[in-house]
Formats: sequence, C-alpha cells, structure tokens
Amino acid sequence: MKRPLLELTDAGLYCEQGDFFIDPWKPRGTAVITHAHADHSRYGAEQYLAHHHSLPFMRHRLGKSAPLSGVEYGETVERNGVTVSLHPAGHILGSAQVRVEYRGEIWVVSGDYKVLPDASCAPFEPVRCHHFITEATFALPIYRWQPDEVIFQEIRAWWEKNRAEGKTSLLYAYALGKAQRILQAFAETAPGPIGVHGAVLPYLSGYRAAGIALPEVLSANAKHAPILRGEGLIIAPPSAASSPWTRKFAPHSQAFASGWMRVRGKRRRRTLDRGFVLSDHADWPGLLEAISATGAEMVSATHGATRALVRYLNETGIPAKPLETPFTGEDGTSDQEEGRS
Amino acid sequence: MKAFAELFRALDETTRTKEKVAALTRYFRTAQPRDASWALFFLTGEKLSRAVSSSLLKEWVSERTTLPLWMVEECYDSVGDLAETLALLLPEESAGREESLAELVEGTLLPLQKASEVQKKETLYEIWDTAPLSERFLIHKLLTGGLRVGVSKALVTRALAQLAGVEEAEMAHRLTGTWEPSEEGYRSLLQKEYHSTGPGNPYPFFLASPLDESEASTLFSPLDEWCFEWKWDGIRAQLLHRNKECLVWSRGEEAVTESFPEVQEALSALPNGTVLDGELVAWKGDAPLPFGELQRRLNRKKVGKKLLTEVPVRFIAYDLLQVEGNDIREDPLASRRKRLTELLGENSGSSTVLTLSMPLAATSFEELRQQRASAREQGTEGLMVKRWSSPYRVGRKRGDWWKWKVDPLTLDAVLTYAQKGHGRRADLFSDYTFALWSTPSEHDDKRELVTIAKAYSGLTDNEMREVDHFVRKHTVERFGPVRRVEPHLVFELGFDDIRRSRRHKAGLALRFPRMLRWRRDKKTEEADSLLTAEELLHAVHGVPDEPS
Ligand SMILES: [Zn+2]
Ligand SMILES: [Zn+2]
Repeated sequence: MKRPLLELTDAGLYCEQGDFFIDPWKPRGTAVITHAHADHSRYGAEQYLAHHHSLPFMRHRLGKSAPLSGVEYGETVERNGVTVSLHPAGHILGSAQVRVEYRGEIWVVSGDYKVLPDASCAPFEPVRCHHFITEATFALPIYRWQPDEVIFQEIRAWWEKNRAEGKTSLLYAYALGKAQRILQAFAETAPGPIGVHGAVLPYLSGYRAAGIALPEVLSANAKHAPILRGEGLIIAPPSAASSPWTRKFAPHSQAFASGWMRVRGKRRRRTLDRGFVLSDHADWPGLLEAISATGAEMVSATHGATRALVRYLNETGIPAKPLETPFTGEDGTSDQEEGRS
Repeated sequence: MKAFAELFRALDETTRTKEKVAALTRYFRTAQPRDASWALFFLTGEKLSRAVSSSLLKEWVSERTTLPLWMVEECYDSVGDLAETLALLLPEESAGREESLAELVEGTLLPLQKASEVQKKETLYEIWDTAPLSERFLIHKLLTGGLRVGVSKALVTRALAQLAGVEEAEMAHRLTGTWEPSEEGYRSLLQKEYHSTGPGNPYPFFLASPLDESEASTLFSPLDEWCFEWKWDGIRAQLLHRNKECLVWSRGEEAVTESFPEVQEALSALPNGTVLDGELVAWKGDAPLPFGELQRRLNRKKVGKKLLTEVPVRFIAYDLLQVEGNDIREDPLASRRKRLTELLGENSGSSTVLTLSMPLAATSFEELRQQRASAREQGTEGLMVKRWSSPYRVGRKRGDWWKWKVDPLTLDAVLTYAQKGHGRRADLFSDYTFALWSTPSEHDDKRELVTIAKAYSGLTDNEMREVDHFVRKHTVERFGPVRRVEPHLVFELGFDDIRRSRRHKAGLALRFPRMLRWRRDKKTEEADSLLTAEELLHAVHGVPDEPS
C-alpha cells in the first residue's frame, strides 16, 4: 500500500518524501509554518519556511537568530520532487494554507482560517486538492458570524457610551491578529484616544510594514493613564483581565472580542460587561463552504469540534475522519483554545 | 416585545446590582401597564404552563434548519440551554416583531396551550421567520418555562418600590402570593396607598439566618432574651383563615391547601381572621417521618385515604401573625407567642394536627448545647433561635432570627459521572454523581463503585473549572449530556441526613448532599464504603431498621 503524502508523527504532520514538517510541536528539521500563533510556530526547528509577513512576528517569538525564510503566496518550493506552496488563509496577517503536491496528488493543510473578509490580511483562497486537512474550532452550526462592519459598529457604540459615562473601554482580544484587526477599524476616525497593552505593541510594526493602516496608539501604562482614563479604548490580551493593571484605568467597562461570545453561558461566565462576536476562525457555513470549494475526496478535521464535523461530512457524502493533534480541544469549549491557536 | 428584549439585554449585560435596578426602573417607568405586568410575572420567576415539549421543538428546529437531529443535540450539549441552542441554530431574521409583550403572551403563547400540534408548528415557524435572535431566544424561554436572568426577586422589588415611592418591605408584601398579570393589578401595585392584594395571600415570610458556631455563646447571652425551639425538617408554611376561607401557603409562596386537607380542616376550627406561621411535618406516632415522605403529599390534585394514613401531617405552629383580623407582626415575639398559646389552647380541642412548638428550657448555655447535640435523635435539624423582643420582619434580615443547625454528616465519595450545569455554569461540567465502594461479599472480594448521591454545590469557581477540565480529559463514555469519567477524584460530601431508600441502588439516600471539600490527599481506593454509610445510618437513627 502506498504511504500517505502527509502523516501524523509524534512531532506533528510530516511529509516523508519531501522531508519536512508542517507546524511541528517538537524540535525537528525543516518546518513549514502556517502562521505565527504560538501553537503553530514553535521553537527548535533547523529551518523555517513561512509567508514573509509572518517573519517579523516569528522573529519576535523565536529570537533574532531563528533560521527563517519567507515566500510569497503562490511561490513554489521544490523538495525531492515535492512541490510546496503557501496560499492565503485569511486568519491573521501572513497566515497560509500549505499546499503539497507529489506526482499529481495534492494535499492542503488549512492551518487556522476564516472565509469572511478581514481588512487586516489577505482573503482566504480556496485551493483544489485531493486531501484537505481542515481546522474545526467552531464546527457547530450554532456558530455563525456577522460581517466585520456590524461588529465594529457595536464596538464603536459601546466605546461612545462608555465615554459619555466617563468610563474607559477595556477590550480584550488576542494580541496578534485580533487586536490589529480591531485597531485598523479605527484608523480613520475614532471616538477618543487608543491605547494598547504591552503584549500587543510588538506586533504593530509588522502590520504597518505590510501596508495595513493602523491608528496612532499609546502604550497603556501609568504614564498614559490620565489621557486614556474615562476616554479611551484600550486593547489588551485576555490574560490581562482582572489583573491589577486594569485598576489604572478605573472606572471602566470590560469586553471580550471572540467567537465564543456567541454563546450566552460563555459570555456570562467571564463576568465581563460585554462580549463581541468576532472570530479569526471559520464559522459553520464558512467551514462547509471552504471544504466544498476544495473538491477534496477526503477531509481530515483537527482543532476543535471535530467529532460533529466529521460525522456531518460523512453523512452528507464527503468522506472525513478526525486527526488527533495536540491542538485538539475535546469539544472546543476550552477558554484558551483560541488563545493557543 | 422589543422593549422587553432590550430590558433582558441590559440585565444580562451587567453584573452590577445598581445597573440592574436602573434598567428595571427604566423599563417599568415607560412600559404599558399590561406589558409591565407580564414582565413582572416572568421576572419574578413565574411561568406559563408548558405548551410545546422540548422534543417537538428540537424536531421542528431540525426540520426547519435541515440539520440532523443528532446535530441539534450536539449543539445543545455544547450550549447547555435549549432555548438558546434553538435560537442560535435558526436562520437569522432581522425584521423584528411589532407586537408588545402582552400581545405576544395573550395573543400567541397562551392560545398555543390549547392548539393542535399542526397549529403549534405553524405558529412557531411564523415566530422563527419574524423574530430576531434576541427575541427568538426570549420566546423560547417563555415557552419552555422560566426566565432565569440573574435578577432576583429582591431587585425587582427594589425597582418597583422606588417607582411607587414605598418601602421595599411594603412592596415585598404586595408582591407575595398569587397574582394574575393584569393592567389593574399592576397599577394597584404601584399605588402609594395599597389596597391589599386580598385576603387570599400570606404575609412575606421572615427568614432566619444561618449561625456561625463560634458566635453562639456570645450572641445568646443573656440566655433569657432568646427563644430556643427545635428546627423541624418540614415545609415552612402559613395557615390563613380569612373571609371564612382556610388556606395553606408554603414558603415558596405556593398555595398547597389541597395537599393537606387535615390541616385545612383543623384550621377551620380556629376563628376567622387568623394567620399562623409554622412548619408542616410528616408525623406518625410520636416521631416525625423523613422529609421524603412529606414530599409524597405534594403536587397531587387529591390526597387519597391511603396516603393520609400512611403519611399523616402535623402543623407545628410557632408564630401568630394575625388574630381577630388584626395584623400583629409589629408586636414582640413574646406577646405573639402568648396569644398563640392561648389561641391553640382554646380551640384545637382533641386534634393534634395543629400543635404548638414548645420552647426548650435551658438554664445554661452548656445545657442548651447538650440539648442541641441530641437534635438528630429528635428528628430535627438543630435549633431555631429567636429574640423574644423581635417583630415579625420581612425576608432574610440578620440579627433576630437564627438557625443553628447541627454539624453535617460526611462521607468521602468518588466522582463517577458529570453533566453540564445551567445558567452561569452552562458550559462547565458542574453537576456530579458520586459513588461509594460496595461491601465485598464472603464469596467475592471484588469491590465496585455504587452511586450514592448527586451534588452540584460547594466548590469554588476555580475548583469547578479544574474538575471541568478533568472531566473533559477523562471521559470514558457518553450518555447524551452525561459523561462517565475515570474514577480518580475523591470529595468529602456533607449532608443533613441519611435514610434507607428502596429507590436508590445503594439502598441509602442522602438528604441535601453537597461537596465540602476536594480530598486531593485521598486515592480512589481510600474513599468510604457503603459499610461506613451503613454505620452512619445507625449512628444517626439508632437501632437498625430492617431493610424494607
Ligand atoms: Zn490554532
Ligand atoms: Zn491561529
């Protein structure tokens, strides 16, 4: 029997013919990286290949001397007869699907992706393939997103209301990707000053360099607190919620921007004032649309609610199976899930 | 409907009491009285009788969305709330419904109760095609019974009291008892001068606060300023004899008269214009029966002869709130008790259905402590302690009335099954089933875990999250929403009583089990066995009764 082109090993997805890994979680030879989030781009590879927009973020994480090389979307790299190329995944700036071709057989690893447009990165591009390995973070039909304009309008209204009441608006969002996606919405007009938590700061220049317009921001520290307090919007990572840092900006209203906010129980459990449903992952219709656009004969699902997606695909005539990776949260309800992705 | 949905959103979005009260006041100030009366009905926890079953709802949503039924279940498992799951699954519609809350309830939801299945389905499809997500969710909530919004009756009371310009206690009184949503009813609630809700309603109950063991000796000195009584394990109730009508009201503010015909009869022997406060207790011979027996008397249209003889009931009276038509709640307890004793002495004749709770005689604190130690043998939960000079207040006010329970019984049990909770815990595995080791027989030394109790309270949020994580990682089997987990975690369970039970596999049932602490120091093998539980049963109830 022929060996599959990509196989799951204890270090991650591996292509034996081309001798490289995709998003390996153990230190191994050559790593093709879908995007710069911590659980996909880990320390220790001898050689990294990623989209060139991911490099500044990876350098921040892996160190200045990390052996990184960047490619453009669609550019091909040959390894022992295997053709590798990256294609936009629409997840965050630089995020890519990995296309692997050998003797006419094509596999695509989606990495994290979303299909709805996001002004802070290149839009998702369906790639025809035989075998599609898809993420499934929000693979339940209860998850359906609204267009960005609608959510940004909600955020703006919330900020204006807080400002009228003399409260600072603290908005929790993942430091790489979500934060910049929200920031760019306020590049032209903003109801007040904008601050960012120290964890968000290092990821701004990469976006600016890629031509994404971001507003001027202040570092949200004690020095700038008098300017931001009662007036400003501050973007901080979720881990900053309920830390002493927030006290500098009291009185405040706190909100979280995440796909999980679609469900009331998860919203209420965080005891925040507001939840904005804004995700960098595909929603249910997005997943189905992306999967069918690949025309794949076999689908593997990883990362989240794989069980439901696999069963649904099989019942609708698309052969599918779960792929167990360490990204996989049992049913995707763990809080850190999106943080790790 | 829009305004009510807006109120719900405002209540749901904030965790601050002040903002909740403000949102309520804002709503009630501008709402039409007929809508406001329905809003009040739902916010105070009342519900419509169920018109559509959950399984039909799921089926129709499955049909409407063309999703398989298992997927609807899968989503329900993840969300933990049926009304919300279904609302999230249905296609988005933004048109919105123009009808008011009262029009929705009276014109659409109430008629559903008598509609045919075809009509029900038609109505729901029509709702789904017109209501946006937030309204759809609320309508599902109202239909499936209950609107838990994290707003307590106390907050609603406060908002309405502010609006009417009366004391909160006064508003609490107005809101007690049954009340049919109506324009007039709502208007009269908000009047400065209130014309009593009518003779059929009880007074708001005065509730005792739990006592911290260490405070007792200083608090109850001098001893003779306090009244000490047994705390019976029954149903707190008021008996009303007014306008020649005799009614029994439970503390849950439900009329339970039909369940206790003998109490009603005994009450009719008392003069018109009387209200008693006390405890309904199942009682046979000269001892109380377990609480579970008393429960058999509830929720029945008619209590048959058989049940009346199997589970006779007593009302143990400890307070008098109205006599000869006069409200005497402001009088001191000592004087109310005196009149109560006179009243029962003169009127109860040979009947023992209405009995007087007797204050305990103790000359020293030590003596009192000893009496309390025998609480369980007496079939009671501990002591009730009331200040002789106290008026009958409204709600739970610390200071004058205390419940001084005896220490709970405990067992170390193994977590075996878990299920997601509701409301705030909807996405956490927070409802647990616990087991003890079976007693090995002579022929076989294998032990197995036997379910002993379910519990869902007692853990801190952090511990709960940790257990939730454990459940997700160590699921062995799924039964719908229930997960069987690897038996690794041991918890100390506290409970108020242990009894024999034929309905439980272990042959024993715990009353009010709760988690006291996580025994991280204990291995599964070290958890308690049924034998230990059996010994506890004997220690609590004396001579072993034959297993029935
Ligand atoms: Zn990820
Ligand atoms: Zn990611």
